[in-house]
Amino acid sequence: MAKSKSAYSTPTKQGKIDTHIIVVWVDNESGVLARVVGLFSGRGYNIESLAVAEIDSKKNLSRITIVTTGTPRVIEQIKLQLKKLVPVHKVADFKKEDKKIIFKEMALLKIVANSVKIKRAINACKKFNGVILDNTKKSVVIQITALRRDIDKITKILKPLGLVSVSRTGAVAMTRGAEVFK
Amino acid sequence: MANLMTGAEIVFKALEDQDVTHIFGYPGGAVLPIYDELKNHKSIKHILVRHEQGAGHAAEGYARSSGKPGVVLVTSGPGATNVVTALTDAYMDSVPLVCISGQVPTHLIGTDAFQECDTTGITRPCTKHNWLVKNINDLPRIMHEAFEVATTGRPGPVLVDIPKDIQFAKTKYFKPKKEKKLNGKLSNKFNQKEIDQLIDLMLKAKKPVFYTGGGVINSGPKASELLRELVSLTGFPITSTLQGLGAFPGDSNQFLGMLGMHGTYEANNVMHDCDLLINIGARFDDRITGKIDEFSPKSKKVHIDIDPSSINKIIKVNLSIVGDVKEVINLTIKTLKKKKLNLEKSNKEKISKWWEQIQKWRTKKSLNFINSDKVIKPQFAVQRLYELTKNKDTYITTEVGQHQMWAAQHYKFNKPNRWMTSGGLGTMGYGLPAAVGVQVAHPEKLVVDIAGEASVLMTIQEMSTAVQYNLPIKIFILNNQYMGMVRQWQELLHEKNYSESYSAALPDFVKLAEAYGCVGIRANTPNELDEKIEEMINTDKPVIFDCLVDPHENCFPMIPSGKPHNQMLLGPQDQEEKKITGKGKTLV
Repeated sequence: MAKSKSAYSTPTKQGKIDTHIIVVWVDNESGVLARVVGLFSGRGYNIESLAVAEIDSKKNLSRITIVTTGTPRVIEQIKLQLKKLVPVHKVADFKKEDKKIIFKEMALLKIVANSVKIKRAINACKKFNGVILDNTKKSVVIQITALRRDIDKITKILKPLGLVSVSRTGAVAMTRGAEVFK
Repeated sequence: MANLMTGAEIVFKALEDQDVTHIFGYPGGAVLPIYDELKNHKSIKHILVRHEQGAGHAAEGYARSSGKPGVVLVTSGPGATNVVTALTDAYMDSVPLVCISGQVPTHLIGTDAFQECDTTGITRPCTKHNWLVKNINDLPRIMHEAFEVATTGRPGPVLVDIPKDIQFAKTKYFKPKKEKKLNGKLSNKFNQKEIDQLIDLMLKAKKPVFYTGGGVINSGPKASELLRELVSLTGFPITSTLQGLGAFPGDSNQFLGMLGMHGTYEANNVMHDCDLLINIGARFDDRITGKIDEFSPKSKKVHIDIDPSSINKIIKVNLSIVGDVKEVINLTIKTLKKKKLNLEKSNKEKISKWWEQIQKWRTKKSLNFINSDKVIKPQFAVQRLYELTKNKDTYITTEVGQHQMWAAQHYKFNKPNRWMTSGGLGTMGYGLPAAVGVQVAHPEKLVVDIAGEASVLMTIQEMSTAVQYNLPIKIFILNNQYMGMVRQWQELLHEKNYSESYSAALPDFVKLAEAYGCVGIRANTPNELDEKIEEMINTDKPVIFDCLVDPHENCFPMIPSGKPHNQMLLGPQDQEEKKITGKGKTLV
């Protein structure tokens, strides 16, 4: 057996890695985002995207939506560690494949090109419910609300059509039907 | 507008309402208004340390030996950064601390002002929670919340950062409200069904073991009493982590000694071969489990812990019970008695073979060492210290390294809260200031820091604190001139390349003691050891005891890295025997 040169054990094999959407309801106080994000970086968890805003100004509540990847054990730890933070009220966890959940991301896309290319760009976006927010002779700004992979797809299509700037949000999530996460 | 108080007054009012009697601290510019207020509060005594890290560890020693939260008061900038090691230490070992730090005035925050640092940013990962008080009206609530967070659930350190202008500003004070739930963070989530499942597993087990940890100590003295009752009721063997020592009597026949990397042969083999492992208030630390894949492969596992995030973090368990150890054991005992199972008798037969096997492992006498009549063996020194102090209700603290493990192996604890050591973080320099804190909490008791000469030099300045407050702490240094544990690892893993682990130019500890105004004693040979230890015990002043020990002794038994529990490396005597029979190599 090879002799270990460490005072620590060697890593063991890992479980399957899944993508999860973690939703955290927190007190909207200063430093709360740093606590949540610091927990992820400090314990070596991933953040693929992040969306956060106040949702109830009376109760002073914010909702943080984090897309993360990890083995089932890591995901379990993320939830339990988050629940321990003092300003955290509740934590929900959804699998990316979960059919009961709606996920959406938004993107603003700026295209600078001649009118022919702009027209083709607008047409290409129709499939994804593109909304034109600004239009000049030389440019157009289109808003798209879709899944992450659809936005990836459209940006690829728009690249040759004069796409010069992309601004994207993190994913937000909501359960379908009358159910509310408690 | 009646009864407006300044921020500084509110701080002390809150401390009084939390029954705080001692604070450990060091003044500085940004915390002066609070220090100015100190004179008006006679029930609170301030202990002036020599370095803020010392204040933190002293507060830890105070908290762990008394069960009350330790309170630290430091200034901004370097005052706050110096206390970070102690906060992290307390976080790892679940010690309740409330640290109050001064901060530059609010209008200067963010301007890189003199002695400004982002204290809440720096301490965020090493506290349970922290607060920057930007509005005086928040101060009373935050002060009470700080104590609430530090002492409930799994205990830990918190920090309240108070800018200087807030210390001067005035508002109305209100007393703490009882039973406030912080965002629904309950600590007892278990039910009768889970207890029934536990009892069911206990009845079926043929090779059971209790594996208990610091959670039992943190749950209060009552938890230790209940644990003793449960263990005697079931007849099961019990082993303990480093932090759990004292929860169960170290000299009991049911006690297998400490487990883990430097645990006993019998404790680790029991962990490996058992069919039921009941973890009470421990966290499957990597110094305990060894190789995860081969950890206790044949057992059903139960985990009782107050912290839900400890469960299934490292080892997947079959039954988890989230709750305060005291409450869980209490209900378990009640249920056992109600069912009238007559466990003591029926179980004894069922697990008698298990005990026979344990006796076989015990004959290895894995803590044995080859004694000498020329040079003091460090294990022998700890044994003599134990024999000469065991009837005194002695409090022991340690630094970190070989001496710490020898202390854990050879000093037998019979009561909880008598053993203060830095386990999770492994902070060299912990023991001396911790002893200061323990002595403050227990002025009449014998407090000994079993130390190494390398560790103790990291916080030696606190001898000055001990002298100032007439705290007769005993610093018992096992002086081997090496960073012993580092040297041991280098010997075993790095081909005896003793890179930077030898301390040349050590101070003369006897003269050093005299320079601080305390007493220095040196022991050179085994036959003068007892007499010198007696002299130390009978000295009513702080003592530095320079015990010159064999510089080449290694700490055995040990589980080498990456190995499971049943592949321990035993001491030199056993290795000799093994060589003769030709089986030695497999163990090494």
